[in-house]
Amino acid sequence: MQLDQLYQEIILDHYKHPHGRGLRDADGGAHLAEAHHVNPTCGDEVTVRVATDGSVLTDISYEGMGCSISQASASVLHELLRGRRAGEAFEVHEAFVELMSGRGQVTPDEDVLGDGVAFAGVARYPARVKCALLPWMAFKDAAARAGVGVSPEVKA
Amino acid sequence: MTTIAIPPGMPQYDDVPRYDVAKVRADFPILDREINGHRLVYLDSANTSHKPRQVLDVLAEHYARHNANVSRSVHTLGTEATEAYEGARAKIAAFINAPSPDEVVFTKNSTEAINIVAYAFSNASLRPDADPRFRLGPGDEVVISEMEHHSNIVPWQLLCERTGATLRWFPVTDQGRLDESGLDDLITERTKIVSLVHMSNILGTVNATARITERVRQVGALLLLDCSQSVPHLPMDVVDYDADFIVFTGHKMCGPTGIGVLWGRAELLAAMPPVFGGGSMIETVAMSGSTFAAPPARFEAGTPPIAEAVALGAAVDYLSGIGMKAIQWHEKELTAYALDALATVPGLRIFGPTVPVGRGGTISFALGDVHPHDVGQVLDSLGVQVRVGHHCARPVCTRFGVPATTRASFYLYTTTEEIDALVAGLEQVRKVFD
Repeated sequence: MQLDQLYQEIILDHYKHPHGRGLRDADGGAHLAEAHHVNPTCGDEVTVRVATDGSVLTDISYEGMGCSISQASASVLHELLRGRRAGEAFEVHEAFVELMSGRGQVTPDEDVLGDGVAFAGVARYPARVKCALLPWMAFKDAAARAGVGVSPEVKA
Repeated sequence: MTTIAIPPGMPQYDDVPRYDVAKVRADFPILDREINGHRLVYLDSANTSHKPRQVLDVLAEHYARHNANVSRSVHTLGTEATEAYEGARAKIAAFINAPSPDEVVFTKNSTEAINIVAYAFSNASLRPDADPRFRLGPGDEVVISEMEHHSNIVPWQLLCERTGATLRWFPVTDQGRLDESGLDDLITERTKIVSLVHMSNILGTVNATARITERVRQVGALLLLDCSQSVPHLPMDVVDYDADFIVFTGHKMCGPTGIGVLWGRAELLAAMPPVFGGGSMIETVAMSGSTFAAPPARFEAGTPPIAEAVALGAAVDYLSGIGMKAIQWHEKELTAYALDALATVPGLRIFGPTVPVGRGGTISFALGDVHPHDVGQVLDSLGVQVRVGHHCARPVCTRFGVPATTRASFYLYTTTEEIDALVAGLEQVRKVFD
């Protein structure tokens, strides 16, 4: 059934039991910045906050309201990028954006994307790609505001 | 089961006009489609309706046989096209019981129609010699409601910004009805125009306009009714409703996209300055200045959507052939059926009236905590097409404390089996997200 490709068990799991949800303050000394993104067509919203010591993303916290895809995507983002060096994080970011922009033609690398591979099916549903990308775009803005690197421009 | 006899002399149940829904469905080629391996269940007619063969044929026929520009050619094709275009105007005037076809202005859609009125106010406000009913400034007020579509909010916000007038609005009750308790404080001598939705595109509420019209007349303001959701579904009589303007759009009433209507009282349209300048809307043009044509031409600058207007005429013929009273009754029965059926779904909450009185066949709801996007996606996998989101009526979502809703909407071709498919689909949604 097609629907199973979209709502993979992993996505529903992250949706029902989100990891690292809730906005957190930084431990002493870290840089903190956040970005709030909204999907104007459906009203989904997410705030992503990045804490960094200048090279490592010491925490990625988030708060949001929206569909299972956007909220699960935020949970996966937290899992994948928290504690990573900025450069690595942006490689993962780029791989995720490439997967989502691939209209289902891109085969994801589980070593890079972890649970993010579950979103491969979402890429086949153009109306839902923006849902999956919402937290990732907010993350990119938040990271830029926190003064860590910026990944190349992407079109959502 | 008890049967209640309607007393003799009262309208009897069998007196209600009815039609054969299966026969009507056969007129709509798209209803034969399969979606994701299921029979199409289209419950999104408030968004856009489907088009019967009778309309599609007229659209194709116009381009194949009568294509030419209107109102400017002496040749045969030009004359045919002009007759078809003006003939459509007359049909639409008759459909809403307008006293004259010249009161029907063709626009792109309802949004453009509302903007024409708002910009006429704006332009009049810049000219000291303009009709005072259209002149706005600080101290003047425009009244709308909290249940408007964005197209009946934003043009007035922008108008108030330009003129310094104040925007005020009717609140909405918990039941999704217009809160008229503050009517006399809201509509006052300061009010220049009241622009109100006739049927809400999100709550389904059909507003009773009589008390409001009476108050509008008392204070000497103007009344615009946004009939985008009502003209397709119930008999409209602009004389009976005593409105000053109504707007509606073709694509929600079996017509094509790209064509809408602004109806205005002849005397008011004549008092309005033009909005778009260009060909067709002028009387004479000199380098030193221009004078303008009488309405409706004054508001139809440039080549209009000719084939679309002609096809909208065919749509009106089609709807009239079935009968708007019969369509209204069919949808009333569907709405009653759907409200009962949806009440059986655990965790389902309806936004808007929960009785089939003073409401149309558009029902918004939440299913537990499941996000409407997810509801819509699972339903789509079963062939059920509903709208999800804020329905361009974000203030209503805010009023009811939700970011979005799921909305099912019906039309003349909708069946009770389709409502059953929706209810079964919602059961599937609950399984996926429980």
